[in-house]
Amino acid sequence: MSLFDWFANRRKASPISQERQERDIADGLWTKCEQCGVLAYTRDLRANQQVCPECGHHHRIFSEERIYQLIDADSWQPLDRQIMPQDPLRFRDRKTYHDRLRDTQTKTHLSDAVQTGLGQLSGEPVALGVMDFRFMGGSMGSVVGEKLTRLIERGTADRLPVVIVCASGGARMQEGMLSLMQMAKISAALERHRAARLLYVPVLSHPTTGGVTASFAMLGDIILAEPSATIGFAGRRVVEQTLREKLPEDFQTAEFLLHHGFVDQIVPRTQLKSILAQLIRLHRPVTSLKPVQSAADDAVEPLRARQALRPSLFVPQDSSSA
Amino acid sequence: MATTERKPILLDFEKPLAELEARISQIRELAEVNSVDVSDQIHQLESRAQQLRQEIFTSLSPAQRIQVARHPRRPSTLDYIQAISEEWIELHGDRRSGKDDPAMVGGIARFEGRPVVMLGHQKGRDTKDNVTRNFGMAAPGGYRKAMRLMEHADRFGMPIFTFIDTPGAWPGMEAEQMGQGEAIAYNLREMFRLEVPILCTVIGEGGSGGALGVGVGDHLMMFEHSVYYVASPEACAAILWKDAARANQAAEALKITAWDLKQVGILDQLLPEPIGGAHADPLMAAETLQQALSQNLARLLQMSGDQRRDRRYEKFRQIGEFTEQTEAHI
Ligand SMILES: [Zn+2]
Repeated sequence: MSLFDWFANRRKASPISQERQERDIADGLWTKCEQCGVLAYTRDLRANQQVCPECGHHHRIFSEERIYQLIDADSWQPLDRQIMPQDPLRFRDRKTYHDRLRDTQTKTHLSDAVQTGLGQLSGEPVALGVMDFRFMGGSMGSVVGEKLTRLIERGTADRLPVVIVCASGGARMQEGMLSLMQMAKISAALERHRAARLLYVPVLSHPTTGGVTASFAMLGDIILAEPSATIGFAGRRVVEQTLREKLPEDFQTAEFLLHHGFVDQIVPRTQLKSILAQLIRLHRPVTSLKPVQSAADDAVEPLRARQALRPSLFVPQDSSSA
Repeated sequence: MATTERKPILLDFEKPLAELEARISQIRELAEVNSVDVSDQIHQLESRAQQLRQEIFTSLSPAQRIQVARHPRRPSTLDYIQAISEEWIELHGDRRSGKDDPAMVGGIARFEGRPVVMLGHQKGRDTKDNVTRNFGMAAPGGYRKAMRLMEHADRFGMPIFTFIDTPGAWPGMEAEQMGQGEAIAYNLREMFRLEVPILCTVIGEGGSGGALGVGVGDHLMMFEHSVYYVASPEACAAILWKDAARANQAAEALKITAWDLKQVGILDQLLPEPIGGAHADPLMAAETLQQALSQNLARLLQMSGDQRRDRRYEKFRQIGEFTEQTEAHI
């Protein structure tokens, strides 16, 4: 019996006592998967980008960790950290917006619901925005609008691809119509970025809904999504109420959107960086008009060589294993 | 305008006014039966009624204003289009989804001699019509039809007038399948690309993203009893107060009136309504609209397409309230 099997058997045979489990979870040593319930070493889980090694469940991650996962070490250059939210409507529900902002800032050490900056992604310069669901559900108010607009404008000025990782419940009600108008403002900046023939790739993580879906989340040249992420415009409960019937299980999931043709690919988090890098490279302007690799008359040869290396080429495959 | 006398639909805050008017007609009848001259008293009561109406309609709460904005007799997009244009041909379909969306209407009109594309949300004029029109809640196909017509306008150099009157985009299963978010997002971006003048007017209810989906333009106007909100007060109350009954409070907090939006630099122009609301005198409201559109169109036509696009960008670019501390303070 290999050591690996021995560990696997041991885990199945004698689960650690309930009490011990809870203590270790509380200590942060182990993390329990919210999907399958299996315990994983917190350190291992982090090394696996918070994707459960057992069931593939993508645990929610926040902005610093996402930046850490996507941006090459020591290349992150944050932008516009000095922009802070205000309470223009003096909004008050069960709590004042002013207090809500202050408390959330203290708790999260974030100024608002997005971090933006420039960095290298596998050596490719990129303008990156990452929304943070911890900050009032990632809701979009004036600060999110302004920071993303400046990021996109910077991308246009410096001819950089823009990547925005979305995680948001939509427009922030506490800033009223100012929040709604951020949808238009960001879309305007994207129009100029697009007119400059630059690449924009939103990555839709769980959840991406409301005003974010109805603006920059859906305006990508290429749109990627994380597995099982909830993505939609109207809230599921609202749709259920108008319909007065149960909705299918996969309604408004990344898979549902892929099926209906609104996202290009569902990318597991562990592959996200390499796919983004590949996309950015594929959109890098080709400077030479000559064939990049070889002269036309011996171009046939490399293809045959490639085919020899990949015997599966031209062989019918089971599409599920592709 | 009203050739057939219809029974007025009263809002709850109009009750004192209705009672006073009932008393006036009662007195008038009694006087007639008894052949007494009460014209002085009637005159007095009528001016009192006029004063009361004015008082009520100049001090509406946001929640009351929503009731006026949603009034079943409030003039609709098609009412205004027909009133202000010399010619009108309605056009249908987005050429994609395989069905026409009756909640979004549009076509080509002649406005003061000039061909113009006009479009907007269409609420029903009665219950049956409202069901057909889906209460003015457009599906993705509606937004794509609007875009198709705006592209047409841009190609032929026709200005665009959009009219906003919707509780929100249709939150249905099929709408999600057809990409409601994408349809609205696409319009937001592309409306910044178009070169022709775009004039947007909130004529009733401006419901969130569904309103903004045809609401990006060079000039935004709002009738004084219209409302424009990021989330309906009902939805907002349910989410933030966990109590849908707090809708009035939410309506207050969300700052949804024309005056509120003027203050934060979103609204360009407020259009006054006849006393008692646009439905009390639709022709008068239409005249106000026509004049405002005419003046602003003349101004916008003096600019080049690029100038208009740059101004449109700057207009939205400056919306937002935040502070910017120097790096040293962080
Ligand atoms: Zn798991």
